[in-house]
Amino acid sequence: MEIKNIVVSFPHPDDESFGTAGLIYESNQKNIPVTYLCGTLGEMGRNMGIPPIANRESLADIRKKELKDACEHLGIDYQLLGYRDKAMEFENKTQMAEHIKSILEEIKPSHVVTHYPGHGVHPDHNAQGAATIEAVRLMEPDKRPVVWAAAISHNYIEELGNPDVVIDAEKNFEFKMDAIMQHKSQAEGMLEKMEEPSEDIMIKELKERLGKEEFYIWHFNE
Amino acid sequence: MKPIELEKVKDILKSYQNKDVYVHVETTNGAYASHFGNKGVNVGAYIRNAKVKYIESDLKGESGAFRAGLKLEAGWIYAEGLSDYEVTESNQLLLAGHDQAGRLTVALQISEQPFK
Ligand SMILES: [Zn+2]
Repeated sequence: MEIKNIVVSFPHPDDESFGTAGLIYESNQKNIPVTYLCGTLGEMGRNMGIPPIANRESLADIRKKELKDACEHLGIDYQLLGYRDKAMEFENKTQMAEHIKSILEEIKPSHVVTHYPGHGVHPDHNAQGAATIEAVRLMEPDKRPVVWAAAISHNYIEELGNPDVVIDAEKNFEFKMDAIMQHKSQAEGMLEKMEEPSEDIMIKELKERLGKEEFYIWHFNE
Repeated sequence: MKPIELEKVKDILKSYQNKDVYVHVETTNGAYASHFGNKGVNVGAYIRNAKVKYIESDLKGESGAFRAGLKLEAGWIYAEGLSDYEVTESNQLLLAGHDQAGRLTVALQISEQPFK
């Protein structure tokens, strides 16, 4: 199906940059609008910046601003869903699906990107992925957008086979890294953790980890 | 946040004694501990906006690793590994510990109004 407009549905400010900056770059080239539905503010995150620029109470506002800056850089719209970080899996799944469905019915995307439930690693990723897929399932079959599910677990290829869609984000890697770096409170923690001996090796390693954006087309069995 | 000043923070803790206060208590090793680097299972817990009244309080230990204890009428609140503090504009006391990479490892926060 032709891509007309895309909704990206992930729970944290920075998931959009790590997971879909390459897809967004290509969409921009083709004038395909993208909207990010961000589930939480990542306000229970552990990274506070190096040196710390945030504390538990200021982190929500800081990450909200980082999300705004990242979406400006990416050239996309975003909406906040207002859930609490780390608590999404405990919400009523049907209510969350209805909430997401009501937004999808307004935006009417041709494609929806979310996490592959069970392969999202973070419980919020799995919860929002499941709720987003449920939201689409609740729609009339002929009105459903195509769902692209992102799997990031260690064993996803073994369990799911090869992905259906592969975006080469390495071609436009600077665009992607600039988006990630808008999330200053989070990105520095990630770079620090790598402890690579040189910048060249670090960039090589980053390209290996983030250079490909892979998705599985979700099949609804009636 | 800035490094905990023992006497100062002790006094702030005492200032909330025998009052109804809201506490946020948290500890975590991160949501990705088991995904990156095989550091075992993710462990973490938080309580946000539990309403309590404590009758005694103290802060022990040394720079970089203080322990706080709040004695309740029927129990205790305890946190260790606290290194930094801040009093926010809305008069909330934030105590926290961080690892070498600046990541939060533990938090104990007290406020007369519920946290957002
Ligand atoms: Zn995330």
